[in-house]
Amino acid sequence: MRNLLIFITKYNAFFLFIIFEVSALIIYIKYNSFQKASFVNSSNAVTGGLYAKMSELNSYIRLSDVNDSLAKENMRLRNQLKSSFYADTVTKHQVSDTVYKRQYEYIVARVINNSTNRFNNYITINRGSMQGIAKGMGVICNLGVVGKVVFVSAHFSVIQSLLHKDSQFSAMLANNKEIGTIEWGDELNPHKGVLKNVSNNALPKIGEAVVTSGYSLFPEGIPIGKISNLHTKAGGYALNMEVTLAVDFTKLQYVDVVDNKFAKEQEGLEAQQKKDE
Amino acid sequence: MSRTIIINLLRFIIVVFIQVFLLKNINLYNLSTPYFYILFILLLPFEVPNILLFVLAFLLGITIDAFYDTPGLHAAACVLLAFVRILFISITVQKEGFDNEPEPTLSIMGFRWFFTYTAILTVIHHFFLFNLEFFNLSAIEFTLSRVLLSSSFTVLLILISGLIFFKRKERK
Repeated sequence: MRNLLIFITKYNAFFLFIIFEVSALIIYIKYNSFQKASFVNSSNAVTGGLYAKMSELNSYIRLSDVNDSLAKENMRLRNQLKSSFYADTVTKHQVSDTVYKRQYEYIVARVINNSTNRFNNYITINRGSMQGIAKGMGVICNLGVVGKVVFVSAHFSVIQSLLHKDSQFSAMLANNKEIGTIEWGDELNPHKGVLKNVSNNALPKIGEAVVTSGYSLFPEGIPIGKISNLHTKAGGYALNMEVTLAVDFTKLQYVDVVDNKFAKEQEGLEAQQKKDE
Repeated sequence: MSRTIIINLLRFIIVVFIQVFLLKNINLYNLSTPYFYILFILLLPFEVPNILLFVLAFLLGITIDAFYDTPGLHAAACVLLAFVRILFISITVQKEGFDNEPEPTLSIMGFRWFFTYTAILTVIHHFFLFNLEFFNLSAIEFTLSRVLLSSSFTVLLILISGLIFFKRKERK
């Protein structure tokens, strides 16, 4: 027994190393499924608060870029205004609209933490469950698709960005509506994605727009990017192509969280169908 | 003694701030990301007890993890770094010299020793970190090139910081 104690004290560095290393690895493996890690991540009060302060400073520095993009968006929206069209029907009557029911609602939020240079990238925003954000909602910005919400606290949420190994969204070619799946490319380049599993008779062209299909969390037709290269590696039964992403993730400032009012109903129905099979 | 504690506490806060708010945004060609915060562990005094060294390394790692959203990843790499530090110092430095050389800084230990020390420890830390993060042998060349380029970036930053705080001091 005494010899054992002497042995342990002599090589204490090694035993301490084993203890600490194992506990660190346990934390890493246990909380690797990110959603569970509620106590050490950037949506907790301390780090979230610090990031919020820092992002205030950052957003001041980037004001001109944001102004630019807001001005562009204003222009686009103004072009869609009724007042900019010539109205050829004179009579108007008020009807209670039973044909259109509001399906998507948008919650605007500011990005307070963002990364683009790792294998799995996450974005933290300054809105949480208090403002109506829930897990699984889609996130877009004025330029295109950003990602989906994976973790929500009272005042902050964490978004799994499109730049993530596990991110996959349903997409389609804008012109001929061929469906595919958009993923992040292999080279860790924050500006490049890959559109996979497009059927062979799609005939895509370089420069063609890729938009959301409406099958997943997003409304139909939200831009994702433009096709930049048709000859990507690992082809097969289906076409794969490289896409230049519309969103510049390195400069993300404001995002809109998409609240799909019918998502629950759809999920419930699909779950029921799976159970019946 | 209390001066050492205050200096190291300040150093802890400063390296975390630099890492999280400045270096986190730096990324050269998707290959080179510096992890400068390991400077804190490198510069702890020689006399620090092993248990305290491991606790501090673990704390530093978990703090960085909290900001990087990767619980346990940096902590594991830092603990390994602490262990390698103990081995390296026990091989290269005689125990009797501790009175004259309280901290392994560039100005006290000289360029050759400090460079070897930094380079070896940084490469081991980065190698472990990147492989644990990606956890996939299929892209090993890519990971290795990231390790090498990031390590050289980190070593460069650490040497620069050593030169900025260079105090001319005679070795007995």
